[in-house]
Amino acid sequence: MKRHFRVWRGDASGGDLRDFDVEVNEGEVVLDIIHRLQATQAPDLACRWNCKAGKCGSCSMEINGMPRLGCMTRMSTFTEDETITITPIRTFPVIRDLVTDVSFNYEKARETPAFAPPPGVAPGDYRMQQVDVERSQEFRKCIECFLCQNTCHVIRDHDENKPAFSGPRFFIRAAELDMHPLDDREDRKEHAQASQGLGYCNITKCCTEVCPEHIKITDNAIIPMKERVVDRRYDPLVWLGRKIFRRDELESASTKPSFPPIVNPSTANPSTVNPPMSSARLPQTAPVGPDGHMDIAELVAPQQGGLSPFGEDLEFPLPPEQIAYHHPDPDKTPDR
Amino acid sequence: MSSTIERHLYDVVVIGAGGAGLRAAIEARLAGKRTAIISKSLFGKAHTVMAEGGAAAAMGNVNSNDNWMVHFRDTMRGGKFLNNFRMAELHAKEAPERIWELETYGALFDRTKDGKISQRNFGGHEYPRLAHVGDRTGLELIRTLQQKIVSLQQEDFAETGSYESRIRVFQETTITELMLDGDRVAGAFGYYRESGEFLLFETPAVVLATGGVGRSYKVTSNSWEYTGDGHALALRSGATLINMEFLQFHPTGMVWPPSVKGILVTESVRGDGGVLRNSDGKRFMFDYVPDVFRKQYAETEEEGDRWYDDPDNNRRPPELLPRDEVARAINSEVKAGRGSPAGGVFLDVSTRLPAEQIIKRLPSMHHQFKELADVDITKEPMEVGPTCHYVMGGVEVDPDTGAAFGTVQGLFAAGEVSGGMHGSNRLGGNSLSDLLVFGKRAGEHAAAYVDTLGVRPKPAKIDVAAAAEVALAPLARAGGENPYTLQQDLQAVMGDLVGIIRRAGELTDAIKRLQELKARVANVSADGGRLYNPGWHLALDLRNMLVVSECTAKAALEREESRGGHTREDFPKMSPEWRRVNLVCSLDETGEVHLERKPVPRMRAELIDLFDRSELAKYMTDEELAEVEAE
Amino acid sequence: MTTTATRPGGGEERAAISARTLRTDRWWLAPLVTFIGLGAWVTYATVRVFMHKWFWVEEFHYLTPFYSPCLTDRCGDAAMFGTPLPNFFLIPEAAFTLPFLLLFRLTCYYYRKAYYRAFWLSPPACAVPDGHKSYSGETRFPLIFQNAHRYAFYAAMVISVINTWDAVLAQSTGLGLGNVILWVNVIMLWAYTLSCHSCRHIAGGRLKHFSKHPVRYRFWTFVSKLNTRHMQLAWITLGTLALTDFYIMGLAAEWFSDLRIIN
Repeated sequence: MKRHFRVWRGDASGGDLRDFDVEVNEGEVVLDIIHRLQATQAPDLACRWNCKAGKCGSCSMEINGMPRLGCMTRMSTFTEDETITITPIRTFPVIRDLVTDVSFNYEKARETPAFAPPPGVAPGDYRMQQVDVERSQEFRKCIECFLCQNTCHVIRDHDENKPAFSGPRFFIRAAELDMHPLDDREDRKEHAQASQGLGYCNITKCCTEVCPEHIKITDNAIIPMKERVVDRRYDPLVWLGRKIFRRDELESASTKPSFPPIVNPSTANPSTVNPPMSSARLPQTAPVGPDGHMDIAELVAPQQGGLSPFGEDLEFPLPPEQIAYHHPDPDKTPDR
Repeated sequence: MSSTIERHLYDVVVIGAGGAGLRAAIEARLAGKRTAIISKSLFGKAHTVMAEGGAAAAMGNVNSNDNWMVHFRDTMRGGKFLNNFRMAELHAKEAPERIWELETYGALFDRTKDGKISQRNFGGHEYPRLAHVGDRTGLELIRTLQQKIVSLQQEDFAETGSYESRIRVFQETTITELMLDGDRVAGAFGYYRESGEFLLFETPAVVLATGGVGRSYKVTSNSWEYTGDGHALALRSGATLINMEFLQFHPTGMVWPPSVKGILVTESVRGDGGVLRNSDGKRFMFDYVPDVFRKQYAETEEEGDRWYDDPDNNRRPPELLPRDEVARAINSEVKAGRGSPAGGVFLDVSTRLPAEQIIKRLPSMHHQFKELADVDITKEPMEVGPTCHYVMGGVEVDPDTGAAFGTVQGLFAAGEVSGGMHGSNRLGGNSLSDLLVFGKRAGEHAAAYVDTLGVRPKPAKIDVAAAAEVALAPLARAGGENPYTLQQDLQAVMGDLVGIIRRAGELTDAIKRLQELKARVANVSADGGRLYNPGWHLALDLRNMLVVSECTAKAALEREESRGGHTREDFPKMSPEWRRVNLVCSLDETGEVHLERKPVPRMRAELIDLFDRSELAKYMTDEELAEVEAE
Repeated sequence: MTTTATRPGGGEERAAISARTLRTDRWWLAPLVTFIGLGAWVTYATVRVFMHKWFWVEEFHYLTPFYSPCLTDRCGDAAMFGTPLPNFFLIPEAAFTLPFLLLFRLTCYYYRKAYYRAFWLSPPACAVPDGHKSYSGETRFPLIFQNAHRYAFYAAMVISVINTWDAVLAQSTGLGLGNVILWVNVIMLWAYTLSCHSCRHIAGGRLKHFSKHPVRYRFWTFVSKLNTRHMQLAWITLGTLALTDFYIMGLAAEWFSDLRIIN
């Protein structure tokens, strides 16, 4: 049976919804239809996908306006005469058709401090109780489809918040590590509040609504993190308790190794209000950062500037005997 | 579109961002090498996420009798003694360390009561051995390694001010060709999938970690990435593949509806009362009980049905025959025209058990099919058929270093793309630990190899230009073959003729058809531009799939026995003579596939002593046994 | 910036889709229902609080929760804690508790979702654009005070105790439908208060190792179960509060008489 589809086609320079009539069989999902479109009508229709079983989180798209995974949206959930509109996820720059540049998320991932292993515990000696790991395990179910990032109105409707806001995916990452029984860092709450922009969240719960893994993002991660921040920053009772029982001194007496504060490059530098969130590739010429200056790492890189067209292991000047060059003798005219 | 080719300089380039690739990259970076990771899809989407069961490692957390020797024994038995013994040994010895290491990267496995990593039972493993996180162990593994790489990048950022100064991930980038300088690896040429622009990595060492070949099959549990890129890159650069005939098929993968095609239906569905029927509604398995099993299996439906409640006084139903017997039976029914509309048979549990029982016993199965396909297994039968799952064969490597054999130097391989570790059949759970053990080794030795070099090998300009021309050819060609059609045809050839049950006639036919396909693939064309064009990408992957398929078909025809993942209907027995033979596949200058026989390395005496003589007698020739006795 | 030219495909543009939302379902229904529901309740409550009458049923000691504890001269026998407050039409009888109750519900994590969506349209529904040009969330004044939810929770605990006491006092007169309504209301109020996200955090959510605090872990598990019904409880308690108040108003105004079971 043929069904009517509207698929957004285009790239960064523009595009529009195109109409397609595609054969739909019983038991198919939207991704099957896209594959049929590619095989029959539009071989160059761009769409990401991998596992087709809801486990990798590649085929994020918006189907009838709702952020969803193409492989988890059954055709049987639509009525027979319904037109189905498929668009790329809106929050990120489009590359082509249904493929968007999600590098925002990878940049935010890099700015989230990693797991800090407990000092002095050898591999194999980690001991954790199941009840203690269960909370973090829920967040590790995340398949990084970035539908929560896409639906979050903080950046979806307000692009200017992107530098200051990490999004639900990285709030659950912060919560996961803060609840990890052996994680050695103590400043994750401060980081969530100061660098990830936890305060921007107004818990309207759309991230939870769209999560294909049914992670309770808001109730189990964001709100507990907000409460943990309150513990540290806004709760005078806790503050008073610390003063009276001198807990803060006790804590500092058991000197934990201190970590350098994480500097979030996108928020630390106020001059870069809106740094490019593209898949910033190092160009072939001397690599410059968003500020137009060369990266400081340039100095420690094996070579400065672009690659030499002569290969990297040639040193100049070459020894004269290696140069195949004969200076013309002015006395002799070359034989013709 | 610029015609210049972006160049990058790295010490080690890892192709593939699954478990093995990421582990190799971590090791190379820890050895101080500038490392690039190439990934065909986004970072963290690798097919490793599909692994559900767990990672096998003899940690002995649940049963303290477990140790590496038992694990080694299980692995060798599973692979029917064709495994590279040294790889199996290293794997069994080092897997626990690799798993424990993951915890220091932040992995959270399920725990035992005393707080250690919990381990679960799995087919073929003597003791509970699989470290797991529910049924998403693969995801945990990928996420952990991904986050470790990010943490290394953070260290580099703190030190140098740039996240990418020492380790960089090139997402959505495909490598189409390796560059050689003499017989040394000098670089890798590829394109960004996003923009279609070319890039060239100048690197003295390449680690292949590209996974398997399942996309050449009609019904497969593998994703689109599994086009055998690493196998083909290795072949074209002078390395060799071994034992490509061994492919693991699961007898019951879904064939319909398309939304779940290839997804595996666990064997416990049959254990809990599921029966197989053909299109006439007949329980055909009763016709396929081989003589050797005749005594253990029921002869009537009534007797089989009684077994579920009273297994002591009744014989088990024939649905519970070993995997290959079930697969063979399904295959025969389908070929005899009694298959389901989609080319499988019916697996019915709905008429056998009340709905609430099914939901209680098979919760994740029920949930998965309900959610993905709106199939209610409590109401309707499933359509199932043999599904391509894993390739045991692969790049022939040195067991200790992961360096590829053949003429090439500086090429390493780890994970599913490498061969030998699993012999003729892989045990569940061994793949995840394989990734970690040999991923680490490959990364470590690639870094060490770079240190031995005096001069960096340099890619020749002419090779780069040639690679660019090959890559652009499908776009330049007009009116050629549609890549999607070609892929379907290739899948049909492999699925029908080089599938789970093989016959000499069909294999010969397959080789002939593959030659025809080769000519057609040479004439493939892709519409559209270079910007994220899946048709073009597929057109480029096709030639990899084709050359690997040819190796598989030729090796399958050559090996005249049935062993593990290779079943020949005309040679149904396992032959001790053939156990001594590895089939090695290589490519000559003209692009022709060659096959030669190579002896399987002989196991060291102290390892042989781990087995009973009576067990060895099942696998070895009399001559070998005499030698063993003499020692 | 000099960098744009060196980035291949360096477009920073989102997909050009003209429709503000492509959702085809009735996404506006939920915010609309919330808007009407909350609006109606607030109107009713405001009218009742400033009515200054029909809040006490002398015969059965029924006191409506909107006037508990009653602290002005109008209270008569309903006053349990004296009458420190003057009679002024702008001062509610329960002037010491109502602000905290209001604060508790205003800063409640569920109600925040409800009114940000239904009243502030930020956003009205998932994947439907925000009605505002700029957005700073709860990062600055005044919304940063949403973080004070915990104090409102402490206050609400105290108030729940007072409400319970009201129900106990009313019990001393026998048993009627009014008693049942009061008890149902009090139980629901407790359930709502205990299911609060702040309570969940205080009970055990802030712990890193559940295994070292088995009692708190059990309490946390209990609160977590309640917490999944926080939204339902939020609406149920609005209902029971209004119903209790209306029933007592009806009795006090002698529109109908209490259905007595004992006495």
